Amino acid sequence: MNQINRVSGGQIDTGQSLKFTFDGRSFTGHPGDTLASALLANGVRLMGRSFKYHRPRGVLTAGSEEPNALVELRGGARQEPNTRATTTELYNGLLAKSQNRLGSLKFDLLSINDRFSNFLSAGFYYKTFMWPAAFWEKIYEPIIRNAAGLGSLSLKDDPDVYDKGFLHCDLLIIGAGPAGLAAALTAGRAGADVILADEDFRMGGRLNSETFALGDQSGADWSDATVAELSAMPNVRLMRRTTVIGAFDHGIYGAVERVSDHMHTPDADKPRQVLWRIYTKRTVLAAGAIERPIAFENNDRPGIMLASALRTYANRFAVAADKRVAIFTNNDDGHRTAADLHAKGIKIAAVVDVRPDAPRSVDYEVLQGEVVNTQGRLGLKFVDLRLADGSTRTLECGALGLSGGWNPNVHMTCHQRGRPTWDADIAAFVPGGELPPGMSVAGAANGNLSTAGALNGGVRATNAALKELGFKTKKPKLPQAEDAPVNLTPFWYVEGCNRAWLDQQNDVTVKDVKLSHQEGFRSVEHLKRYTTLGMATDQGKTSNMGGLAIMAELAGKTIPEVGTTIFRPPYTPTAIGVLAGRHTGQDFHPKRLTPSHKWATEQGAVFVEVGNWLRAQWFPRAGEVTWRQSVDREVLATRKSVGVCDVTTLGKIDVQGTDAAAFLNKVYCNGFAKLAVGKTRYGLMLREDGIAMDDGTAGRLAEDHFVVTTTTANALPIYRHMEFVRQCLFPDMDVQLISTTEAWAQYAVAGPNSRKLLEKIVDEDISNDAFPFMACMNTTVCGGLRARLFRISFSGELAYEIAVPTAYGDALMRKIMEVGAEFDVTPYGTEALGVMRIEKGHAAGNELNGTTTALNLGMGRMVSKAKDSIGSKLSEREGLNMPDALCQVGIKPIDPNDPVPAGAHLMNADGPVDAMHDQGYATSACFSPNLGHAIALGFLKDGANRMGEKMRLVSPLTGVDVNVEIVSAHFIDPEGERLRA
Amino acid sequence: MHDLISITALGGTEPRIDDFGHVRIAENDGVALASVAARIGHEKTCRAVLKKLLGAVPGPGRAQLHDPEAGFCMGPDQWMLGAPKASHEMLADTLKDLLGNAASVTEQSGAWVCFDITGPAMRDMCERLCNVPIRQMIAGDVQRTVIHQLGCFVIRRKADDHIRVFGPRASAITLHHALITAAKSIA
Repeated sequence: MNQINRVSGGQIDTGQSLKFTFDGRSFTGHPGDTLASALLANGVRLMGRSFKYHRPRGVLTAGSEEPNALVELRGGARQEPNTRATTTELYNGLLAKSQNRLGSLKFDLLSINDRFSNFLSAGFYYKTFMWPAAFWEKIYEPIIRNAAGLGSLSLKDDPDVYDKGFLHCDLLIIGAGPAGLAAALTAGRAGADVILADEDFRMGGRLNSETFALGDQSGADWSDATVAELSAMPNVRLMRRTTVIGAFDHGIYGAVERVSDHMHTPDADKPRQVLWRIYTKRTVLAAGAIERPIAFENNDRPGIMLASALRTYANRFAVAADKRVAIFTNNDDGHRTAADLHAKGIKIAAVVDVRPDAPRSVDYEVLQGEVVNTQGRLGLKFVDLRLADGSTRTLECGALGLSGGWNPNVHMTCHQRGRPTWDADIAAFVPGGELPPGMSVAGAANGNLSTAGALNGGVRATNAALKELGFKTKKPKLPQAEDAPVNLTPFWYVEGCNRAWLDQQNDVTVKDVKLSHQEGFRSVEHLKRYTTLGMATDQGKTSNMGGLAIMAELAGKTIPEVGTTIFRPPYTPTAIGVLAGRHTGQDFHPKRLTPSHKWATEQGAVFVEVGNWLRAQWFPRAGEVTWRQSVDREVLATRKSVGVCDVTTLGKIDVQGTDAAAFLNKVYCNGFAKLAVGKTRYGLMLREDGIAMDDGTAGRLAEDHFVVTTTTANALPIYRHMEFVRQCLFPDMDVQLISTTEAWAQYAVAGPNSRKLLEKIVDEDISNDAFPFMACMNTTVCGGLRARLFRISFSGELAYEIAVPTAYGDALMRKIMEVGAEFDVTPYGTEALGVMRIEKGHAAGNELNGTTTALNLGMGRMVSKAKDSIGSKLSEREGLNMPDALCQVGIKPIDPNDPVPAGAHLMNADGPVDAMHDQGYATSACFSPNLGHAIALGFLKDGANRMGEKMRLVSPLTGVDVNVEIVSAHFIDPEGERLRA
Repeated sequence: MHDLISITALGGTEPRIDDFGHVRIAENDGVALASVAARIGHEKTCRAVLKKLLGAVPGPGRAQLHDPEAGFCMGPDQWMLGAPKASHEMLADTLKDLLGNAASVTEQSGAWVCFDITGPAMRDMCERLCNVPIRQMIAGDVQRTVIHQLGCFVIRRKADDHIRVFGPRASAITLHHALITAAKSIA
């Protein structure tokens, strides 16, 4: 087909042709076309099927408010449903399909729904599927879900990437129509940092769609000249293809820039879209206005569209919607469309105006009356009129333009709960009440519907905004422009109609609104939810006002008394991908690598995510086929000779100041004031409510200098907690904190040969006498590198933790492995670490689980009574100190082949197994290679007095029921002789 | 003299440089860092020492620029001081000797990765990375910000096309990836 509806003029490049396909048929268009304009140019009016009744639908608008012409764009993984043909910029190779049909677009089998429309009226879900109740989940809901929605997803990963970005400016101008361009000229010339954003790929707004002049130029030429001047200003940023989607707090606006949507595929490494967060001091909203249709019987046939859209297609895109066009209007603007189309050589069948005083024309017939019905199966063929004198008439035409007045685009003014006010002069809501701070509104968005009004409004709003910011401005010389008044008689729908479509996207009719009123859903919010008026991708931009007007009439109220629903961001549909930005897949969150990561990778380590850290979980060796084999070997080798584990991830907080000791005395429940320099102490922190928060060690390197160690998981929360204590609870204490977690590479060296190994590295005497258990010191290693050494043990073995500046961590690990070779030093991962701490009975995250106290953990006596510390008082609460309080115990299976899984609950050997008789639960479990059977730590009521008791460990959910014995939590070296050796 | 060889934050023996023409991302392994926090009652003394050292005491959002680094403000009475690592590897000890009990000093050299971003597209790249008003920033301005979920400092250096980014060293590879991605995105 050869662009049979293309006319002369327009702002398209007819020198170039672009090929595209729609439903498998090939067409051509030109640069500057949208998919909708190119389809219309090729004589394609039928572009989709309606949501519920599958009625044939064509394009209604020429903008982002389009309810009907939604297509599946592109193919494969890039297939995107519900894309508006009216905003899709044509490119070579564009592939589009119609959607929401069964069969072809012309012969949609689901159009049978239209025959059953009496059963599918508003609220039919709520009424139709009530009985039998059992059918709901298995039958009704799947059917409804299957039928719901419009386009389909590819269900493949999105191959494109999306960026996020941040912009700052003095003035954000939303919309580059006459008001926005005048605002940008004013602000740009004043030297303000300006962002001018417009959702269109061509700036100018309605100036591109109209034929009237600005001074001695056409509107489009003036727009081009203005954009050229703005482009040359370094302080003005022009953002085409950028939709401002929301006005958020503190002058922050969200904007989506479609960087590559007008291309077949994005360039390599380039984003498809960018989500900009714009921080602006002031905003001028110049978002224009949207024309509204008029409701009458069968007003949804392809070919029926807004009169302004007909004008846009003709003047901007050089497309006649049909060779023969009629207009139905209640205001002068409809006549403007007729005049423009007539000038393009398009036959005007008639202008039908509801007003008795409508302008007359010598070029075409103007009739006073109403359009009462239309004809045409897949597209408009005839319109039926009822004229003012009572006669009827039928006009032959392929397109009908509707003009029911204009609605200022108040959307963004309401994003922070502002409500618009009613302007009777234009019969529309205009911005009112409280706007988002710093926002002013100009042009048609503010109800100024003439070009001159828009230009002047843009300048006025900008001058006022910039004055507040201290800029000196002057009014630019504006061109003479059209300043016609709005002559309008409110007219929403034709009396007597039923299936007259208000919301074409959701198939909501005048009858549905009446039904909603009849059934008591009269609040505007109820009306929306009961009928779905104003929902889905277009959010009712062309339909809400009609629905409100009819509800007002039925309820005997005025339209402003009925009010609007809440406008919420985003202004137009926004891809989830652009909200995610680059934070997907492997880049979902950052990685933290320890200094020995490269070395561990070389050893074939299996890594586990611990927060953002990647920690070596175990180091498999040749011949080991299960993780248990590796872990058992690492545990046995460590306890037999020496092992090394990267513990850099443990939180390290540098605590300095003259009150450092007194400060730690507050945050730890046990005493730290008298800890000697060169000593380390295990410490337990409590929450304010007395529950255990975290444990770790603190080493005193000097009178005024401690190093606090936290668990890996709590490194940040504990630092935050300590800063809170420092800044808010004890601001008079002289103490300074800073995290040094990443500043030091730290390794645990554990096992009976650990001292012998470290003696080869550490430059000082570390004999048991010189450096006993719980000692710490600043020292040097390998002949002079500064280091810190702590004699602490998580494994229960003779053990040390040695730290060097991070940059040397890799080298130190390699050195440890080199000098430890003679002791068969074995690197071990977090699994072996966990096994050894369970064998030793050390609590970890599973035990410090936010519900346990020091008493539960067997550390009740650590809570010092000799001082005040955070949580100590509330830890004395009666409820936390019951005689049968949970107490940490060890659990071993009576049959050594049985598991003792964590999470299972302890029950008395005899008696019922239910929650009422619960005795406790297992928290951590592992296989102990040293003992040859599974072991677990757990909490048991009055556990300290139940050693040796035979119990059942049960988990009804997983079918576990094991006979166990309660033992000491210290399975290995309960007297602690090894770690003091 | 010890025999351990350090590696850069990105794991190499030499700093990595990625030059895209419009922007250049250079890992800077030559900055020694130490934090300084004035002790209560000794703020004046601490500031006097810093002024003598740096020429001025950086206020909120500001850095005192020397080459390769001097100091920037991190919070109330808290600063991060920098010096050439080759000559000042023991920067924290040096500062502690100068400040005595007037301040708490902590070595921070190993905690951070440093990238210098230069080139005509530096601002465009910065806009894709973090929420700093890069086009309004002047030499010596510092912003604490977030890049790809990582807490970072962005310092506008003397040259108009130069920013320095300090980020957490353990996440150097993630941060580097984010920088490279942004650089390619705006090419």
